[in-house]
Amino acid sequence: MAARTFTIDGKLVTAEENATVLDAATEAGIDIPTLCHLEGVYDVGACRLCLVEVTGIGKLLPACTTRVAEGMEIKTDSERLRKYRRMTIELLFAERNHVCAVCVANSHCELQALACRLGMDHVRYDYTFPRWSVDNTHTLFGMDHNRCILCTRCVRVCWHIEGAGTKNVSGRGSHSHIISDLNQSWGSSETCTRCGKCVMGCPTGALFAKGVTVSEMERDRTKLEFIVTAREKKQWIA
Amino acid sequence: MDRLKFATVWLGGCAGCHMSFMDLDEFLIDIADHIELVYSPVIDVKEYPHGVDVCLIEGAVCNEDNLEILHKIRRRTRVLVAFGDCAITGNVPAIRNQLGLKNGESVLQRAYLEGAQSNPGIPREPGIVPALLPRVMPVQEAVHIEYYLPGCPPPADRIKAVLAQLLAGTEPRLTGAQLKFG
Repeated sequence: MAARTFTIDGKLVTAEENATVLDAATEAGIDIPTLCHLEGVYDVGACRLCLVEVTGIGKLLPACTTRVAEGMEIKTDSERLRKYRRMTIELLFAERNHVCAVCVANSHCELQALACRLGMDHVRYDYTFPRWSVDNTHTLFGMDHNRCILCTRCVRVCWHIEGAGTKNVSGRGSHSHIISDLNQSWGSSETCTRCGKCVMGCPTGALFAKGVTVSEMERDRTKLEFIVTAREKKQWIA
Repeated sequence: MDRLKFATVWLGGCAGCHMSFMDLDEFLIDIADHIELVYSPVIDVKEYPHGVDVCLIEGAVCNEDNLEILHKIRRRTRVLVAFGDCAITGNVPAIRNQLGLKNGESVLQRAYLEGAQSNPGIPREPGIVPALLPRVMPVQEAVHIEYYLPGCPPPADRIKAVLAQLLAGTEPRLTGAQLKFG
């Protein structure tokens, strides 16, 4: 496989030709903030937090879905990027009802942790306070749409790791939401295998195991990694 | 140096932020020499004074009283600090906003009529019981806020960090885990 040589933040980096900017940066020890990216499933560029600057291209590009190219000059940190990342994370908080104080994922939440990292001390936009429901019909798990950021990690692990295809996205714009099967209650889904991978993959408190209360929802991502390693390398090791 | 004229106010919140303030323990004694507490739920002052240097605001803007005093505080204070998640995000008090614009009525109906075991009746005492606003607001939606001190409640060391910087005359800056909501 051909190699590509380029720079990230002035550092000379070499990566395989089909690598993404995010892969290459991670390999080079450069940490780009991400939210919808999940190790083991394909990337969709949904959250826009990994946006980077590429010299010669006016718009910002998501690192997770942009392939590296020879001679590319990539910037992962600048005044402009910090401005947009901060805007993006604030809009995520304004779009749904994220009440950290009473959330199952409090202190174990990727959205919350990223807000800290990006220096969000308040949200400059008016909160929309939309009305979303909680689906508690499943015997093992619950889904609180108030806390969903539409990263689609659950959809991707359900389709591409478990192969069940229970989770989907319905609606457009701010009406978009995660559904089970043909937009029915999760408990009545005939395809759900109750594997819990969606719950393991969720970055916020949107998907949770029943019975947990505030701050108790901790996820064990190694279970997903175990399956991905088994599938890709045919090795059943954790 | 003149003592800093310092105030704290309790709007729509649970008083947890003020409890956390009490958790400052011996630091309270340290700052006692540098501040003059001119208004707070923990002292008996009825009217918010003029010429206040710093005011910590706990709680969201939930009713007409909250809104009125918040505007008064803004006019009479140099530096406002949104103190805790309710002030900054609306937090738990703002959950009623999800019920739509009639929620000011429907929550009272639920609590005082449907939930009443005896003597159902919505309390209406104009001039004594303030009317609920149709929409709970974070404080920065109503007035300009200088600094933000998140947390539910903000842990004492976080409050201490902000107060120490304010007393030293520097811009309070919190970073990383010190900015955690919830």
